[in-house]
Amino acid sequence: MSPIVFGILAILLVMSGLGVVLARSPIRSAMSLVMTLFFLAVMFLLLDAQLVAALQIIVYAGAIMVLFLFVIMLLNLQEEPAALGRVGLRYGASFIVSLFVLAAAHFLTTGTLQPGNAMADAVAPGFGSTEQIAERLFTQHIFAFELTSFLLLVAVVSAVVLAKKNLQ
Amino acid sequence: MILLIIISLVKALIAVHIVLIFAGVLGWIERKGSALIQDRIGANRASIFGFAGAGLINTMAADPLKFLTKEDIIPDGVDRLLHTLAPCVNLFPVLVAFCAVPFGDVLHLPGGVDVSLQAIPLGVGVLFVLAMASIGVYGVVLGGWASNNRFSLLGGIRGSAQMISYELAMGLSIVVMVMTFGSLDLQEIVRAQGHLIGGWLPGWGILYQPVAFIVFLIAGIAESKRVPFDLPEGESELVSGYFTEYSGIKYLMFFMTDFAEVATIAALITTFFFGGWQVPYLTPDGFVFPGGASLHINHYVIVLMQFGAYLLKVLFWSWFQIMLRWTLPRLRYDQLMWFGWKRMLPVALVNMVITAALILALQGAP
Amino acid sequence: MAELYLPMLITCLLAGAMVGSLVFAGQLLGPHVENPAKGESFECGNPSTGSAWGRFSVKFYMTAILFIVFDIEVVFMYPWAVVFRRLGWFGFGEMMTFVAILGVGLLYVWRKGALEWD
Repeated sequence: MSPIVFGILAILLVMSGLGVVLARSPIRSAMSLVMTLFFLAVMFLLLDAQLVAALQIIVYAGAIMVLFLFVIMLLNLQEEPAALGRVGLRYGASFIVSLFVLAAAHFLTTGTLQPGNAMADAVAPGFGSTEQIAERLFTQHIFAFELTSFLLLVAVVSAVVLAKKNLQ
Repeated sequence: MILLIIISLVKALIAVHIVLIFAGVLGWIERKGSALIQDRIGANRASIFGFAGAGLINTMAADPLKFLTKEDIIPDGVDRLLHTLAPCVNLFPVLVAFCAVPFGDVLHLPGGVDVSLQAIPLGVGVLFVLAMASIGVYGVVLGGWASNNRFSLLGGIRGSAQMISYELAMGLSIVVMVMTFGSLDLQEIVRAQGHLIGGWLPGWGILYQPVAFIVFLIAGIAESKRVPFDLPEGESELVSGYFTEYSGIKYLMFFMTDFAEVATIAALITTFFFGGWQVPYLTPDGFVFPGGASLHINHYVIVLMQFGAYLLKVLFWSWFQIMLRWTLPRLRYDQLMWFGWKRMLPVALVNMVITAALILALQGAP
Repeated sequence: MAELYLPMLITCLLAGAMVGSLVFAGQLLGPHVENPAKGESFECGNPSTGSAWGRFSVKFYMTAILFIVFDIEVVFMYPWAVVFRRLGWFGFGEMMTFVAILGVGLLYVWRKGALEWD
């Protein structure tokens, strides 16, 4: 991936990410998050991970964010008042998050996580192809794969239990 | 590099124009077809120098111009940004999804340039189309939410719940087709349908997977929110559903999306079940009939014939979906959900299991 | 790399330009006449009361969460469908276990009446 394409994408990603935090209306926040996920999928595409990119959109943007929107509408969330909650808590939280961002920036600029290095040598022929992912997933990682189904089962059951009062 | 850009641009222009022209023509088929069925004449007033083209001028030229020059009213108290964004988010994914469907085989240009006739050639084309279909939900939700109108909101929520419910059955029927042809590449799937069964029957997908075809057809119509699944816009109860508060060009955009979705579903039906651009008995060298007779044809004529076959098949299945409107009554919402979750989903699941077992048993898997 | 994604980029830009220019042309060509009656939301002639953004049934939320669960199930099937011939009966059994566990989930939801709309 050329640094220019990466730069443009990174700027778009950060901007849509900021949109999630800064938008006053919850629906606009959610839509910014959809955009963030979309650009993230493009990023995967540029890293030769076509399958992951498609699944990113299908599962995150197409399913999970729809649930988010439904919840926002269900609770009828409106624009939040300017200063809600404890101010000290907000400042504390933003301070910790900024620390993480700074640490990430530090590793990105000095460490081995530099975008150039990571890509140059890791990509073997057929890397990220559907066949390769599938063979790994269904042979080496069977246990994790089967456990996923239990996780999903738990999600279904708990959703029904939580909503049961209103269903009947 | 420049050649690549030019070729890609031409292919993209062709694909986008196919779907836009289809949107206009399908509007014409809908109006004239409904008139025919109800024993009326239908749209015939708009004409250019006395030429009305049997009403085609109405939907292809007069309607868009009229909509363009009307005021775009945004009601008070709505979210103006999202109100404008909704029709765009609705139309864009359909246009792009249609472009991923191949409209011909490889075209050999002079100078050794080979062009695969597909605007977006992707190894995971099937997933790309599904991803775009899942993005389409946002146009409906946003249109309903941003309008600050009870009809709109109800239509938007109904519509999105309907779309996600039928997306499951649709996805499962596509899984079955991927299993049958062993590829996620739409062009490969069409190529795999080029062989003949028993030497005379074209090996199209429907012969292998009739159940998946029926599931896909029903789920596709539900995805495009047309009769009998038109609850989100049901005129007699919700005015216009999620686009009640739209006027001018944005209203037209919702309408274009409607017809573009019909064309996209028809294109996918064609690709998965009816051999895409394949013409029966037409090989890259010309016709080879089962009896042994053969006919050599020029390469460019073959490409044109395949393109024509693709357009004809898409037109047929679009027409089929539109004619359903005058055949079936609208479902009730509980029937819709009952059918989607308790009939379509189990049938698609069982079909998947049986297909997998059959394929493995027939090929003698380890 | 460029050969793979350039066509996609060009198509997306073209479709985006098409959609954007439609909205822009509508703004440019259409009249803009202010009128208080136009701004009211459409309620079949009645004056509308209050905001339209009210609460709605929890069933839509249930539908969305069930959709996520089964969508993830289907998503796992795509890579499997590509290689299941090579994986053979072992892969078949693997996927059947997965489907069966989620089938139990579907059955549970069905029996509990979460799929009923009345």
